[in-house]
Amino acid sequence: MSDEYENKSGYQAQSSEALTGSAGSTPDMDYVRPAELPEQDLYHGHTFLTKWVFCQDAKVIGVQYFLTAVFTGIVGLILSWLMRLQLGFPGLAGFITAEHYYQFVTMHGMIMVVYFLTALFLGGFGNYLIPLMVGARDMVFPYVNMLSFWMFFVAVAILMASFFVPGGPTGAGWTLYPPQTILEGTPGSGMGILLMLVSLALFVIGFTMGGLNYMITVLQARTRGMTLMRMPLTVWGIFTATVLAMLAFPALLVSAIMMTLDKVIGTSFFMPTILKAGEVLEYGGGSPILFQHLFWFFGHPEVYIVALPAFGIVSDLISVHARKNIFGYRMMVWAIVGIGALSFFVWAHHMYVSGMNPWFGFFFATTTLIIAVPTAMKVYNWILTLWRGNIRINTVMLWCLGFIVTFVNGGITGIFLGNVSVDVPLSDTYFVVAHFHMVMGIAPVMVIMGAVYHWFPLITGRLLNETLGKWHFWATFLGAYSIYFPMHYLGFIGVPRRYYEMYDSPYMTSAVGMNEFISLAAFLVGAAQFILIFNIIKTLKTGKPAPKNPWKANSLEWHTSTQPPEHGNFGERLPVVHRWPYDFSVPGAKDDFIPQTTPPSEVVHTKVEKT
Amino acid sequence: MHAGIIFFLVILGSILFHIFTPWYWTDIASNWKGMDDTITLTFWVGGGVFVAVCLFMIYCVFKYSYKEDRKAEYKPEDKKLEKILTVATTLGVAALLAPGLIIWNQYVNVPKNSIEIDVMAWQWGWQYRLPGNDGKLGTTKVVNINDDNPFGINLDDPYGRDDVMVQSDIINLENNRPVKILLRSVDVLHNWYVPQFRAKMDAVPGVVTYYWFEPNKVGEYEVLCAEYCGVGHYAMRGGVEVQDPNSYQEWLGEQETFSDLLAKQNKEIETKKVAKNNSNIEKVIYKEEK
Repeated sequence: MSDEYENKSGYQAQSSEALTGSAGSTPDMDYVRPAELPEQDLYHGHTFLTKWVFCQDAKVIGVQYFLTAVFTGIVGLILSWLMRLQLGFPGLAGFITAEHYYQFVTMHGMIMVVYFLTALFLGGFGNYLIPLMVGARDMVFPYVNMLSFWMFFVAVAILMASFFVPGGPTGAGWTLYPPQTILEGTPGSGMGILLMLVSLALFVIGFTMGGLNYMITVLQARTRGMTLMRMPLTVWGIFTATVLAMLAFPALLVSAIMMTLDKVIGTSFFMPTILKAGEVLEYGGGSPILFQHLFWFFGHPEVYIVALPAFGIVSDLISVHARKNIFGYRMMVWAIVGIGALSFFVWAHHMYVSGMNPWFGFFFATTTLIIAVPTAMKVYNWILTLWRGNIRINTVMLWCLGFIVTFVNGGITGIFLGNVSVDVPLSDTYFVVAHFHMVMGIAPVMVIMGAVYHWFPLITGRLLNETLGKWHFWATFLGAYSIYFPMHYLGFIGVPRRYYEMYDSPYMTSAVGMNEFISLAAFLVGAAQFILIFNIIKTLKTGKPAPKNPWKANSLEWHTSTQPPEHGNFGERLPVVHRWPYDFSVPGAKDDFIPQTTPPSEVVHTKVEKT
Repeated sequence: MHAGIIFFLVILGSILFHIFTPWYWTDIASNWKGMDDTITLTFWVGGGVFVAVCLFMIYCVFKYSYKEDRKAEYKPEDKKLEKILTVATTLGVAALLAPGLIIWNQYVNVPKNSIEIDVMAWQWGWQYRLPGNDGKLGTTKVVNINDDNPFGINLDDPYGRDDVMVQSDIINLENNRPVKILLRSVDVLHNWYVPQFRAKMDAVPGVVTYYWFEPNKVGEYEVLCAEYCGVGHYAMRGGVEVQDPNSYQEWLGEQETFSDLLAKQNKEIETKKVAKNNSNIEKVIYKEEK
């Protein structure tokens, strides 16, 4: 018996979890289970083409995704300028006809949601950060990962090509609601919509290849000691968003295929009997509302596909720069997973006044407001992380604070819109436009910007200029807030969205001044983004080299063999993980941070909590 | 300037903007005051949370900004605090949801005494149909629609004969009488929306959708299409005139019914036939003379 007991305790002593500081610094306390699988072989490209173009290194693919997404984002930004030009100063730019205006609206929406935000968070940050943060040498399927980017690239090329086909790009609104989408009377109902549908289908295919990589890398390729509950929240956010995307994008794909069939070979999936210009078209029996269900079954999780990575990244940024552990890590993880799961049961809150059976309203209002609870918990935990921290008020932290303000603002207006009967007067008005721009436009962009300033030294080895960064932040934050905060009140007046021109409706004339103001602010915010571009160029040329781990962070990406990390990430040996990434300001520790790779034997006399 | 001051000014500015805004609801002209009240309640609760969260954040930024010799607290979790916050949030959310659902229940249950109005939408315009003396609207079909039957009423439906047809984009309503708006579209999605009435619903081709309200303020209002319907969406306007019962009855009496229209057409067809016969006869005579 006693022998057996001895063995057991010997086994237990090997697990770092079972030990506290007082157990002494035996070598056993640093024990981490050996790897179950041999390391993967990496394909090292040697030519320019295999190293930088058809590259299989997730970091290069991440940068490729990032730059391509940013390119689409700039296109989307310019389109928004043109829209605001028309809305603030109608008729000033004579070339903006109603057709053009609706094409700008549509392309702006689709580009920003799918090709900019989704690609940037998952393709960009996902590719760069997942292998580094979980301690892998690369994604598990590097070749498929390379294909994923190039599929995305072709999707973007086709989308951009639609600007140049006869009839121009589709002007059906980013939701592409049939029947108008494929009927004359909507701009771009010929080639434009076809290219949009093909581009979306390719995006989904490309994204599936990338998404499989993100999921399986997180599940299978974590380094020794990196348990799921030791992963940085960034990885949790991107991982959960990828799972959502895998389940949601198929709905978009099938609806794109069905609509293509309706358009090309005259099926009637979404097309009822239609009278157009005095003639009955050869459609019949289809359901336009079916499309809306499919679209929003994709479209609502899509909101969280953008939001969850932002939640994760901002948690890490706040924790690092407040020099304090993220408050309630386990709650944060379960909130991410819970929000992700719930996001599949709320889609019809986009359809309260769509003409679906109104009794659905009760169900979807309830589920929608339930989702507010885990979301609120996340907000509390962010501000409780700041509480009693040691907060660096640098550019990265400013973006995080800007995120909290805009996200809470947009979250609260979401409670208005989710609450079915409150939605009735507000839906299809500028209140909705203000709400979703605040919550899934500005707030995630705040996180992206914070992440750019945070990880720029890792990716390039140089620190971005702080002064320029602060100007960039304040211009963007104050400008964006003054665009979207007053815009809610246009919605209260009752101004409907997607109006090319308001004419002189009595309650609209009062808002002319506000529209002009919003447009001016929009021009400013757009222009302010060029401060970042200037900052990046300047830093790459003359910026000061970043010291290793400049922010004194704990997670693995800052503890690579070189900075920027080379192909393979970690040099000879993969890191071994002994703790969560949030051991900041541990009482008794020498520094105010303990990297994940620090074995317990080195910090025996600290009061670190086991993780 | 300390970043916290600017954030504080942003929050203060938001509150002041909300108090002094000249842009707010257009005056309500229907029974849906409950929607406005729920919005006000949500403003108090939600706005309160927004201000509280932001002020707490600003307080932290002031109080705990970086000092070399300060050490942050190390406390990974606080189960009690997390529990309190979860329960409080759940209660707050439930308090907002309850009135929302109660009003939605009213919204989906149409009062029995309401008058039904068929609102027909197309790219890009509106027209309206009211039940005649029988109080019932006749059934319709898109394929029936033509110049002689602008609403596509089924000719064999007896209820359709006395339907009152308003081939104009302006409709008159009786004050203080609930209206059930029956929406249909012959082509794409539309939405018959009057900001002052607060209510709206999409018109979907292939099905008939509905909503109801009770106008309670005499006056003229603008109808806006609230669901994007193609390039003419922004110009798809209409009008409503809410009248007191006497003027409304007077207006109603002046409108044409479906049977009026049919009778008129029959007459026209008769005259056309006669004219055609005459010309045929003339032709025959002409031929014979030749």
